Amino acid sequence: MQLNREALTRAYRQMKLIREFEERLHEEIQTGEIAGFTHLYCGQEAVAVGVCEHLTERDKIVSTHRGHGHCLAKGCDVDGMMKEIWGSQDGLCNGKGGSMHIADIDKGMLGANGIVGAGAPIAVGAALSNKIDGPDEDGKLAIALAFSGDGACNQGTTFEAMNLAVVTKAPCIFVFENNHYSEHTGVDYAVGTVQDIASRAEAFGMKVWRADGTDFFAVHDTFREVLEYVRTPGNGPAAVEFDTERFFGHFEGDPQRYRGEGELDRLRAERDCLKIFRASVTGAALLDDADLDKVDADALQAIEDAVTAARAGARPQPENVLDNVYISY
Amino acid sequence: MAKLTYRDAIRNTMFQEMQRDERVVVLGEDVVGGMGTAGGPEAIGGIWSTTTGFYDAFGPNRVIDTPISESAIMGAAGGLALAGKRPIAEIMFADFIGVSMDQLWNQIAKFRYMFGGKSVCPAVIRMPCGAGYNAAAQHSQMISQFVTGMPGIKVVMPTTPEDACGLMRQAIRDDDPVVFLEHKFLYGLTGEVNEDPDFCIPFGHARLARAGKDVTIVASGMMVRYAETAADDLAQDGIGCDVIDIRTTSPLDEEAILDSVEVTGRAVIVDEAPPRCSLATDLSSLIAQKAFASLKAPIEMVTPPHTPVPFARELESAYLPSPAKIAAAVRKTLDYR
Ligand SMILES: Cc1ncc(C[n+]2csc(CCOP(=O)(O)OP(=O)(O)O)c2C)c(N)n1
Ligand SMILES: [Mg+2]
Repeated sequence: MQLNREALTRAYRQMKLIREFEERLHEEIQTGEIAGFTHLYCGQEAVAVGVCEHLTERDKIVSTHRGHGHCLAKGCDVDGMMKEIWGSQDGLCNGKGGSMHIADIDKGMLGANGIVGAGAPIAVGAALSNKIDGPDEDGKLAIALAFSGDGACNQGTTFEAMNLAVVTKAPCIFVFENNHYSEHTGVDYAVGTVQDIASRAEAFGMKVWRADGTDFFAVHDTFREVLEYVRTPGNGPAAVEFDTERFFGHFEGDPQRYRGEGELDRLRAERDCLKIFRASVTGAALLDDADLDKVDADALQAIEDAVTAARAGARPQPENVLDNVYISY
Repeated sequence: MAKLTYRDAIRNTMFQEMQRDERVVVLGEDVVGGMGTAGGPEAIGGIWSTTTGFYDAFGPNRVIDTPISESAIMGAAGGLALAGKRPIAEIMFADFIGVSMDQLWNQIAKFRYMFGGKSVCPAVIRMPCGAGYNAAAQHSQMISQFVTGMPGIKVVMPTTPEDACGLMRQAIRDDDPVVFLEHKFLYGLTGEVNEDPDFCIPFGHARLARAGKDVTIVASGMMVRYAETAADDLAQDGIGCDVIDIRTTSPLDEEAILDSVEVTGRAVIVDEAPPRCSLATDLSSLIAQKAFASLKAPIEMVTPPHTPVPFARELESAYLPSPAKIAAAVRKTLDYR
């Protein structure tokens, strides 16, 4: 299905926004202004956006420690996220969570997560809730999905979640982002199923898809099929594995000695989803360079504004430590 | 004596014990670092640099890099130990104990008792723990309260490089399962370390970190450092504090605590875990029960509030105990009448 100009521009803007968000954080973190652990999503933008562009606010996503891209793609406020990362009281989570715990429940974003493998069971629960609520007037179910890495696919929680989703026919989608590394360990070593995570999911009894995660159109087209299948009542869960790349270290500060000679340059040159998108839409004369350059400038400005807002954000007060442990106590 | 960091004291002791005893093996996520990558094994050498060089020295049979699977790591440590090895498992952040809880709590802790004394399970479970890095609610916790409350598990919390060395060697040679809580903030601390290859510190013996006659401060792990700073500040004002570093929370050196409180009559307990059902409440009840007659003031507890660990810098410092908060608690016990 051909996307119109508006949809293409929006998708590109989302990817570019994530890219600039992360590139800027990469710089800001070196100054020491931002506290805590930060895991950047650069290189994987086409997955988050290719998936989330299909979703509505009724659909829920559960994210990972590398969550900024998923949050932005699901519609979390850029300024609110930046403020959260700066630890501001005005941040999306009042400075309580920071980079690893950004959430916006109203947007269907059920949280980034510091515990690897924790997301998949939560997504199954949200999917079961959607199943209980039943299909909409078009006969389609709202879905829930968990983004998981090639590392997270080795957790028992992920296995249990997949089986639970299959036996309960939960409208749940397991989105595996295989960026070939879990921290400093290669997927060849850590995943025993001949490097293929989708076949593992398939063995649990669900339908699976695979696509190149650096090609927005491959992600978007594949995910449309996945979604069509899972939205249909009675089908149950599905899994999709995207082959993708991480451009920065595991966390900011990672010396990345596990990378091959020239690996990062090669990835940036050949596997950059933004470059690939630009080449493909300009090549097909769907958008021209001037259109895309304008989006680039807008995204850059949005990030500049977000950082300015984050710097000026209200700081939490010591007594705020006690807020929100409970609703009533 | 050698000057070592806390990190190297742990690393070197494990290394020496692996050289000495072939049954000692290590396992955990990225303990080799770089497996299956272009950089190859040892490209990183453990994210805490506590196992750097192990793979090259001892090979893949004894230095086992695992996928992200804490349940399996914990359980495999139990199985290795039951089968005659002496595993040292690393749970990268103590917070991830949640993932592996059953294998520790229902399995490793209970084998010997359930099996009527017929099994030996000499597993060491290392867990880097504690706050101070703004790493938020799932990468900052002190989990001493959970493991101290597990019958069958011994729990070690070293504060100095020398204690890290002597307690690690004891943990490896000990026939019972041991949880070894390394405070992440202490890795860079340097100090003199006894180089005797058999230097062990027996469990259940506290260390007197500061001596004074007015107030007893009982602490563990990183909190000992804060208590020392508080005691040094208070000494300027002529207030003398015993700072007792309990070193192992299970077994516990009750005598050292009670003897001190009998002299001072005032006790301040410092704990990095939240205040309910914790080491702080445990030690308070010990003192209330067994040194009641000596007490001249209510026991004070300096702990975080009953909340998860917050992210923002201001919030994390408000959350954590500090030398100033400890000093204030000491003065409160002195002002009581
Ligand atoms: C339960 C648990 N174990 C270990 C970690 C430490 N850790 C954080 S991210 C990570 C690697 C995750 O790899 P993957 O799932 O492939 O995600 P990626 O980092 O590639 O996005 C590890 C080991 C953790 N946060 N939680
Ligand atoms: Mg990965």
